[in-house]
Amino acid sequence: MNATLALMGNPNSGKTTLFNALTGARQHVGNYPGITVEKREGRLALGGLDINVVDLPGTYSLTAYSQDELVARDFLVNKRPDAVVAVLDATNLERSLYLVTQILELGTPLIIALNMMDEVRRKGVGIDTARLAAMLDTPILELVARTGEGCDTLLGEAARLVHGPKKRAPLHISYGRDLDETLEKMQDIIEAACFLENRYPARWLALKYLENDPAILLQGAAEPETHERLLGATHSLAAHCRKTLNADPEALIADYRYGYITALLKDGIVTRPDTQTRRDFTDKLDAVLTHRLAGPVLMFAIIYAMFMLTFSLGEYPMGLLESFFGWLGDTATNLLPEGLVASLVVSGVIDGVGGVLGFTPLIMVMFFFLSFLEDSGYMARMAYMLDRVFRMFGLHGCSVMPFIISGGIPGGCAVPGVMAARTLRSPREKIATVLTAPFLSCGAKVPVFLLLAAAFFPGSGAAALFWITAAGWVAALLAARVLRSTLIRGEATPFVMELPPYRLPTLRGLCLHTWERVWQYVKKAGTVILAISILLWAAMTFPGPSAERTAMFEAQRAAIQAPSWDNDAARVDALAAIDNAEVQDALRVSVAGRVGTALEPVSAPLGFDWRTNIALLGGFAAKEVIVSTLGTAYSLGEVDPEDSGGLSARLVADPAWNMWTAVSLIAFVLLYAPCFVTVAVIGREIGWRWAAFSVGFNTALAYVVSMGIYQVGIAL
Amino acid sequence: MTTTLSLRAMQVDQTGVIAAVNATGELGRRIRDMGLVPGTPVTVIGRAPLKDPVALRLRDFTLTLRSNEADFIVVGVDPLEDRP
Repeated sequence: MNATLALMGNPNSGKTTLFNALTGARQHVGNYPGITVEKREGRLALGGLDINVVDLPGTYSLTAYSQDELVARDFLVNKRPDAVVAVLDATNLERSLYLVTQILELGTPLIIALNMMDEVRRKGVGIDTARLAAMLDTPILELVARTGEGCDTLLGEAARLVHGPKKRAPLHISYGRDLDETLEKMQDIIEAACFLENRYPARWLALKYLENDPAILLQGAAEPETHERLLGATHSLAAHCRKTLNADPEALIADYRYGYITALLKDGIVTRPDTQTRRDFTDKLDAVLTHRLAGPVLMFAIIYAMFMLTFSLGEYPMGLLESFFGWLGDTATNLLPEGLVASLVVSGVIDGVGGVLGFTPLIMVMFFFLSFLEDSGYMARMAYMLDRVFRMFGLHGCSVMPFIISGGIPGGCAVPGVMAARTLRSPREKIATVLTAPFLSCGAKVPVFLLLAAAFFPGSGAAALFWITAAGWVAALLAARVLRSTLIRGEATPFVMELPPYRLPTLRGLCLHTWERVWQYVKKAGTVILAISILLWAAMTFPGPSAERTAMFEAQRAAIQAPSWDNDAARVDALAAIDNAEVQDALRVSVAGRVGTALEPVSAPLGFDWRTNIALLGGFAAKEVIVSTLGTAYSLGEVDPEDSGGLSARLVADPAWNMWTAVSLIAFVLLYAPCFVTVAVIGREIGWRWAAFSVGFNTALAYVVSMGIYQVGIAL
Repeated sequence: MTTTLSLRAMQVDQTGVIAAVNATGELGRRIRDMGLVPGTPVTVIGRAPLKDPVALRLRDFTLTLRSNEADFIVVGVDPLEDRP
């Protein structure tokens, strides 16, 4: 037999910690179909039952307006779990009970789990759970999810509930004379018409009408006659309340719910010590961490430290992975006969997927720290401190993390950056953040900047990098401002946000969160990225050089092989020069080369020739490719992005290049289409139309800016 | 004697009791869901480095909102005693 157990609760109430404690490794994360709200499910064997445990998104209320809350409510109402565990932060009982009363009004079988009882006890607060349980007619258990204390009792209670009846009598709260009268009248209408009755209790439905719940009103409109009668009752009550009490029914409902909770907790359910120290640990920490002057300084220090750690810790495993893929490539080269298959496997599959998987350690470390900042409660403080600045650009305080990860400090990566935008609950600000984060100077763009800076601004690489980073910020913020006042126009989303108490996250929770995200990234690398790598490989390989060109290079080689050469080193150099010339020749006639050449009229106003065009096309695959493709195109063979001295010298010497070409290219690389991994992630997070928009918009912006720079530059 | 003023006008460390929440729609719902309903005692515990948003303590937890959102909340406060 199967059963479903849903975990519900406020954000930061420890739901996920409990979920991890209950299900251990037998869990998986996905998205709810069509939206990016995360869906965690796990299995649990309990008294002969196979129980599916679902961790619903954190929610403060069943009156749904955000996607998270809608998901939580729809699951409760439509999927009808066999039992619900409401996970409550016991240190914050009053507000947590607001959600509980709403679940009870729905009549779902419920267990209340009072989490974080260790903190409650430490503060000397007493909660009379037995009496509260009797008053609510609901089992209440004390729990410390972090240590697993109370989990067994919870499971026992859950087993009992799952075997019991699927419904209980809904809680009946009085909402005052005016509202109660109307509610009863509406209940009669609903019951007489059997209106949506299979799904919701009549009184709950009437309450949703009074609360103007958009999702319920939409469902109700399918039965116009009853819908109109209910709306009529709602409107006349609303008019009455506004006249007599100067308040909306929905406000009154909330007031009465809190009134009910206050009454519940009165007379000794919660006892506090007489000398309660208001300034607990969190307040002391906040006095420093959100201090007017020290707060921002510490915030920058923390971000900087996180960045340094990410890259120094990520470097070693990244090197190992790179060597592994290098070894894999060499092995494949040795095993496979020379030819197209070998080229496809080595250059297309291994290099392409390897280049993306090589980032995995960085993403892993980055997400580990990110989870720590989030789970510890510090992320909310960062949003709080920076909200004022970001709001000027139509963003939200929570946009800061995605920006920094994407390359707010040189060396980031837009892939985890875009994924980090999930912490934004407001759709408009989230879209603006996701679309503008790729403007920041990610780690893969940095070698291009360093190459060009070294070539054309010798000795000032660091300064150049600083200004380029600053330019990335300016571009991202201004673009956000523009987008928010045009395409994604709309009111700023309210910043009504909780600052949760600081808590030390569990290592297990951090590892699970990190693993979930890394796995999503790896899966992407194995599918979309593999396909695009192969396509790009094909574009740069076919059609191969004509037979006479190949014969010509063969003849040149044969001439060198002739015994007239007595200097081995010179012969090797000469052979390498011919090989490089052949590679360049092959590239020029390939599809990519032809496209690059065909684009010359378009790219000429920016100062780019066909070789730069191919490099930029390759850069759409991954920005790292830009330097190596330029190397190939300038017949230098393979160029290591980390060591591009030879290429720098070649570019300076080339008559097609000057300082303004370099600046124009820097601007273009900074701004143009995000790499395809990022595009894939954007598509999944906010939709494929926005992903396509991002490619078009960024490239158009890059084009205009670069053209401006180049044209003004050469005119000077 | 108790006077009423907008939450925005309250000073750090000042305590009062919410008299009315005038926000409607999504903002109003969000504010009420978080427990800002008439009769609730609130204390302003801090402001962000740029003076906005404001951090509040109520019902054993900390909440932040922007000043333009605080405008909708009317609080009854006791006059400040001898504040420097």
